[in-house]
Amino acid sequence: MDFKFDNVEEEFRSEVKEFIEKELPWDWRKEDLDAEDEVDSIKVMEFKKKLGEQGWLTMAWPTEYGGQSATHMRQVVFNEEMAYRGIPAGDAGVRMVGPILMLYGTDEQKEQFLPKIANAEINWSQGYSEPDSGSDLASLQTKAVEDGDDFVVSGSKIWNSAHAGSDWMFMLVRTDPDAPKHRGISFVLSELETDGVTVERIPMMWEAYRGLVTFDNVRVPKKNLVGELNRGWYVGAALLDFERSGVDRPARAKRILEDLVEFAKENQKNGTPLSTDPVIRRELADLAVQIETARLMCYNVAWMQSQGQIPNMEASITKVYGTEMMNRLYGFGVKMMGLHGQLDPGSKWAPLQGRIENAWLRSFGGMVAAGTSEIQRNVVAQRGLGLPRG
Amino acid sequence: MDLGLNEAQQMLKNSAQEFLEAECPDTYVREMEEDENGYTSEMWQKLAEQGWLGLIIPEKYGGVELEFQDLAILLEEMGRYMLPGPYFSNVVLGGMSIMDSGTEEQKQEYLPRLAEGQIIVTLALNEPSGRWDAEGIQLSATENGDDYTLNGTKLFVPNAHVSDYIVVAARTGSGENDISLFIVSSQTNGVNQTLLKTIASDRQSEVSFDNVSVSSSSLLGEKNQGWKTIEKVLKWGAIGKCAEMSGGGQSVLDMTVEYAKQRTQFGRPIGTFQAIQHHCANMATDVEGAKFITYQAAWMLSEGLPADREVAMAKAWVSDSYKRVCALGHQSHGAIGFTKEHNMQLYSRRAKAAELAFGDSDLHLDKVAEIIGL
Repeated sequence: MDFKFDNVEEEFRSEVKEFIEKELPWDWRKEDLDAEDEVDSIKVMEFKKKLGEQGWLTMAWPTEYGGQSATHMRQVVFNEEMAYRGIPAGDAGVRMVGPILMLYGTDEQKEQFLPKIANAEINWSQGYSEPDSGSDLASLQTKAVEDGDDFVVSGSKIWNSAHAGSDWMFMLVRTDPDAPKHRGISFVLSELETDGVTVERIPMMWEAYRGLVTFDNVRVPKKNLVGELNRGWYVGAALLDFERSGVDRPARAKRILEDLVEFAKENQKNGTPLSTDPVIRRELADLAVQIETARLMCYNVAWMQSQGQIPNMEASITKVYGTEMMNRLYGFGVKMMGLHGQLDPGSKWAPLQGRIENAWLRSFGGMVAAGTSEIQRNVVAQRGLGLPRG
Repeated sequence: MDLGLNEAQQMLKNSAQEFLEAECPDTYVREMEEDENGYTSEMWQKLAEQGWLGLIIPEKYGGVELEFQDLAILLEEMGRYMLPGPYFSNVVLGGMSIMDSGTEEQKQEYLPRLAEGQIIVTLALNEPSGRWDAEGIQLSATENGDDYTLNGTKLFVPNAHVSDYIVVAARTGSGENDISLFIVSSQTNGVNQTLLKTIASDRQSEVSFDNVSVSSSSLLGEKNQGWKTIEKVLKWGAIGKCAEMSGGGQSVLDMTVEYAKQRTQFGRPIGTFQAIQHHCANMATDVEGAKFITYQAAWMLSEGLPADREVAMAKAWVSDSYKRVCALGHQSHGAIGFTKEHNMQLYSRRAKAAELAFGDSDLHLDKVAEIIGL
């Protein structure tokens, strides 16, 4: 047993902190950015370019593709420091498209896309969910019909960032409507500035939008097919060996808790500081314990990966626990602020710039995106504990 | 970082599982719930032969000289199999009190016999006030020349009924922390015990001290320095208890998953129902969290690092999470789970006792609140 990071990792942590302090183009102490927001995404891309120059954007990529083959624990350190400062670090190009191309892409595709992904020159949008296909993703209906050198794509993709300056979409499309549902899907890359593509904005209950993209007979060149025809489900499931502990959640939560503790010390209720109220003290302490537990469970996922083990159940556990913990944390924060807790960002009366209120609303997204809490619990029960499928 | 067990620890875990599987079946646990002593001397002899009574006692006092984190691994397995008897009170409370505060002479006198299983030692800490702080210690030790006279009542003293010696925390001054430890033979005149009936069917006693005269050589370490040891023992005890709870939680999860696969209702195993699957997933989450938050604190205590934060967080988390695990275990088992014949209730009764031991989550959350700056 050894629960501390080694010296090299700690030195790297200092280096990352210093870099962020110097290079971040916004005040992380006051803003909480949403990478899928059209205004925020510009700032985020700007910072990602700097990370690209530093080689950190693709630190997890193998050196042969210009990465640094960074260890899992080094990635954890990086992701912790970014998330603590509220920097949206998850980059679909780096984490998903790049690795998929490395495994399944043609030489031409690799040459065309990998350097641009590494330099944050492409803003990717994910084309998986559809209005009628959420948790049951394999039921997706967007169809791609072969026609000469192209596919002709029709259908819609939802809950993406296409409205926020995306150039390309990586998407799953149905290429064989008669095959069993997982076996008639292909993985294609489509430019969004193309005839027949319409992007609409869906307003979220927090201050942001998600994209709804409609494809009306859009021509996608066949050279943009990744992997074999009708094998897209398996292409999309490919994972490079990124750390996937979800450590960004407890790292972010740590920062929020610090803000809430400060708030409790500086603000009063009925003439006494909130921080002297025994119920508030216990609630905040309990959240601190939840954050600590989440952090350790995340470390374990990364550590298992570093040992060559595949953390299936463990990764689902950190996803469920981490996202639900965030929701409790923000929810308590709003409550602790009393009437002021309801104020939107922008109000002069809003505590902590209204960030807690907005983040609480947004935190419901965490429990739904990328496998709902229910789907994750099914994974834990069936794949992890071996319970029979219904 | 290394969140796994090293080779020696893995061996210890394996041999503990093997031993307890064979020697501590649920039939033994049930028998001992009714037994006068609560354990058998054959079992005690076997624990001594395994080297477990002296697991963390230095070699020069006849022990194996492993670390606290190793003890935590063993306690995790003992919690999984619900080993009855005075192992915990003897090794973690009595033994570690002597190791921490005893003079060289006292260590020579008690530790080798403790490691060999010849004597059983316990710790008398709590009093009728039920407090965990130094002010809660009101039992007085008054100096009379070369002797001390002890007067007062200790409550919830574990396994006092089978102990040879009791380490007694007594007040020797008016300052808040003027506490001294005495090691007193359980047979001394004026020491009287009454067994309490408890939720976990463990053996805790009221022990009264009525003008008990002990010589100054029974003062463990120095006068008025006892609270420093008790503060450490409370941390070791809390994390030792967390380790037991962590193992118990794993066992409840395993038992529940197994039952969900076997038990059929509406023509199919109840484990196919999402409601039961999600209960099990939630239990697995709590069990996973308990394991790592306990290991972290155990590792820090082993390394001698400041661990107030980690210990308080661990006891707060595990006390509550084990309770949740047992509640979902019961719910998934239906009526059979709360019958006497089922093992589920053996665990849930112990979970409640463990929750209360060394401070519940409220007490530890109050500590965490201070530590995070409130």
